[in-house]
Amino acid sequence: MADKNGPDGTGETGRGKQHEADIRDDDLERRRRDLEASLATRRPDRLEGKDAKASSVAGYGQALKLSSEFIAGIVVGVGLGWFLDRMAGTSPWGLIVGLLLGFGAGVLNVLRSAGVVAEFGQGDKTRDPKD
Amino acid sequence: MAADKVDPIHQFHIVKLIPINIGGYDLSFTNSALFMVATVAVASAFLYLTTSSRSLVPGRLQSVSEMAYEFVSNMLRDAAGTQGLKFFPFVFSLFMFVLVANLLGLFPYFFTVTSHIIVTFGLAALVIGTVVVYGFMKHGLGFLKLFVPHGVPVFLLPLVVLIEVISFVSRPVSLSVRLFANMLAGHITLKVFSGFVVSLSALGAVGVAGSVLPLAMAVALTALELLVAFLQAYVFAVLTCMYLNDALHPGH
Repeated sequence: MADKNGPDGTGETGRGKQHEADIRDDDLERRRRDLEASLATRRPDRLEGKDAKASSVAGYGQALKLSSEFIAGIVVGVGLGWFLDRMAGTSPWGLIVGLLLGFGAGVLNVLRSAGVVAEFGQGDKTRDPKD
Repeated sequence: MAADKVDPIHQFHIVKLIPINIGGYDLSFTNSALFMVATVAVASAFLYLTTSSRSLVPGRLQSVSEMAYEFVSNMLRDAAGTQGLKFFPFVFSLFMFVLVANLLGLFPYFFTVTSHIIVTFGLAALVIGTVVVYGFMKHGLGFLKLFVPHGVPVFLLPLVVLIEVISFVSRPVSLSVRLFANMLAGHITLKVFSGFVVSLSALGAVGVAGSVLPLAMAVALTALELLVAFLQAYVFAVLTCMYLNDALHPGH
């Protein structure tokens, strides 16, 4: 125990009435430091345990998120191409180009939601930290 | 014989409760509409009743409401900055609607509003519509900078812009598909495993003993579904915040 901060380690020889408040503060300080130390020893364990348990659920969520991003890109690309075909009568070229562009957009979506590519409209600029 | 009784899709059937037909459009009040009304009523009643005492030191239920409020406002502030707080009523309503609809769907014999893609797509279209309208209102044509990344060679620009536009349009699709697919898949799985319990226990004593396994699975799945209900409402709200951030700060 840190007896330096204990009531006896304050360097005072006697406990006058005027020092009582100081001593109480000191005692509180010591107890708070003890509590913080014991919390710090427990905290990493608890977090690690939580991570291990949550990782399978989080991984499932991540997989579903990425696959839905990819599929959405392709579906929208194909849909737009098909729509243009119907409007302009250029079948099947709109569908083909739309599929390819949609594939590109799907890959971009996946990379973006995995945090590998910059967000919308950011390019290679570093992000403004205040936003 | 037992197979036609256990129909995992049956729970998603839309039933017309009050047929309404106006000008050739079918505007009937369905069970889906009923549960949307119930969702709004439950969410409003909960928030109103729990905060009506307005005590400085909140009770249990009041602190639940306050936690929901702080949760959403922190989420919005983190994703879109303090400027984003003007969208707080919108995001909070969306979050509460999705959350309460998901939770209500967990009750047996209740209809899950969010398990229909048109509902979730309607919500996602509302989000993207808000983003586009507000983006153009605030930034004018500068909002289109969103589709032009910095540092791209000019001859690649048309291709990149096309891909960025498709990527932007695919956002409401992926947003709605994610919520809808999670709720649909979860409810079907739950129904299938509960159906196993019924079918197995029809087989006699061995079946009843064996039906403990799917029953345990159904209990575990219910817990998982509760988690998914929260998680999907959270994901929906977080992505809404991120998209609103694009409307507030395009070209950042």
